[in-house]
Amino acid sequence: MDNFHKIIRKIGLTVVLGTIALMFLFPIVVTFTNSFMTAQEIDINYGSIGQMNEAMKGGKNRYGNLKLLPDHVSVKQYGEVLVASPRYLMLFWNSVLLVVPIIVGQILVSAFAAYAFSKLQFRYRDRLFIVYVMTMLMPFQVTLVPNYIMADKLGLLNSPNAIIWPGIFAAFGVFMLRQFMLHIPYAYIEAAKLDGAGHLRIFFTMIVPMVKPGVAALVVLLFVDYWNMVEQPLIFLNDPFRHPLSVYLSRINDEPGIAFAASVLYMTPMVLLFLYAETYFIKGIQLSGIKG
Amino acid sequence: MKQRFFRQDDDRKIMKWMRKDAVVAWLFLAPSAVGFALFYLVPFIMGVFYSFVDSPVDRHFAGLDNYRELLMSESFRKAVTNTFYFSAVSVPLNLTLSLGLAVLLNANLYLQKWLRTAYVLPLVVPVASIVFVWQLLFDWNGSVNAWLSSFGTERVDWMKTDAARYVIIVVYLWKNIGYNVVLFLAGLQQIPKDYYETAHVEGAGRLRQFGSITLVYLTPTMFFVVILSIMNSFKVFRETYLIAGDYPHDSIYMMQHYMNNMFTSLDIQKLTAAATMMFGCILLIVIGLFALERRYRQFME
Repeated sequence: MDNFHKIIRKIGLTVVLGTIALMFLFPIVVTFTNSFMTAQEIDINYGSIGQMNEAMKGGKNRYGNLKLLPDHVSVKQYGEVLVASPRYLMLFWNSVLLVVPIIVGQILVSAFAAYAFSKLQFRYRDRLFIVYVMTMLMPFQVTLVPNYIMADKLGLLNSPNAIIWPGIFAAFGVFMLRQFMLHIPYAYIEAAKLDGAGHLRIFFTMIVPMVKPGVAALVVLLFVDYWNMVEQPLIFLNDPFRHPLSVYLSRINDEPGIAFAASVLYMTPMVLLFLYAETYFIKGIQLSGIKG
Repeated sequence: MKQRFFRQDDDRKIMKWMRKDAVVAWLFLAPSAVGFALFYLVPFIMGVFYSFVDSPVDRHFAGLDNYRELLMSESFRKAVTNTFYFSAVSVPLNLTLSLGLAVLLNANLYLQKWLRTAYVLPLVVPVASIVFVWQLLFDWNGSVNAWLSSFGTERVDWMKTDAARYVIIVVYLWKNIGYNVVLFLAGLQQIPKDYYETAHVEGAGRLRQFGSITLVYLTPTMFFVVILSIMNSFKVFRETYLIAGDYPHDSIYMMQHYMNNMFTSLDIQKLTAAATMMFGCILLIVIGLFALERRYRQFME
């Protein structure tokens, strides 16, 4: 009898949490299913969106109600996005060219710095680290003007470099990798030292292999953050042809016929990476919340 | 004798290593430190400096003039009020909901891993690719109003009235709950199961157990969740901007809108003063929370 109650409870809880989970998934699922609608169907369903006055003039309350499933499944939207308008692919490529150098650069630079912060002794180490962490907490706008002036002085304005360089030196990577390295016992390093290994050798042959999960977590978290970037390109890149897709997608409302497919294509790399590396992602989030 | 000799030798080696450490440390740190100084530290100091001079060209010391002018500005006060209001409502909501979800997810259930994935997924989906759905939902002719009207309720102009606040809160919660759920789940899994068993044997009810075991042991996690949630609540600008553009309804005009607009109109004085004040506020919040945490830890011991 007790067992029976337990199973009922378990089913009940699963149903409740499952329902809430469906609410969370709803916007994503709708975007996905609607990406298979034809442009006509989108116009019929959502044509009244954003046209408040006309709908009122006509005296009709025609709502643009979200439809879960399209009447006719078609891949026309994808054809339009991928083949007919080269702009999309170009901006997708812009996004890649911004995100990949930032991730690679930040991991390289911050792995070395994290080693110094976690395994070496020097004066003001902890104070300096606090300064690093403080910048992590600041919204982008706080250093906007001086950043702009700096980019101007270094001749980086209107070039992706204005976004890439600050991205490479952001403190987040240092913070994360330090968290991972703190878990490596100091005794290992001491033993290696006594065997006559130098710090560079210790770093490459011991530390790097041991923080691989940390690097994986960092890759996912950085990807999520920079793939999503909106403010920086708007400030630093005047030329809309250099914008990443994240900015362009927000303006795509003028072409609702392809918006859903473009959105799906844009989120696909992110979602796949997440599903593939979910454990690392979770681990990364957890470590970001543990004090070191 | 021999043994002792060896150990001393080792000690000396380590001492020598330690002294060399500082040099090596700075070499390891150099690439990061140079870039960090160039793109973060120096800009920050420049920003604070600009906020006290009357123009970046003349550089006459202006004292607190920029701040006085800023505080007089109507739109600045609007932005501050909205930002505070938003954080004050959405952060506690986020904490409560994500704690509740984490406790339930930690219980015995089917599909546990899949459910967690569902809650975390919004975190990785780019804001820009969901914006269209939010617009369809909250438009005057949108789905939410369609549902409301089918219940016979008046429709609401979500994005152009004070209701815009609630829309932004919903969007923030949708995106950020997953992060806190993950953090809380990690905290929950660190609480030894036998604490609950002992409490159960001693006759403590579920609520009592939640109050005096779960909450007490989650408090250290809680401090970080609070800090991260506040920081993330400042980042909601991205969503607001993508949904409502440069000049959204008054009720969701945030600090970052103000700062962006000051940037566009090249009002560097007001912008740097606002930035410095925002930095000061964040600093105070963080220091306050850490002080609270220290006191709590002393109290626990």
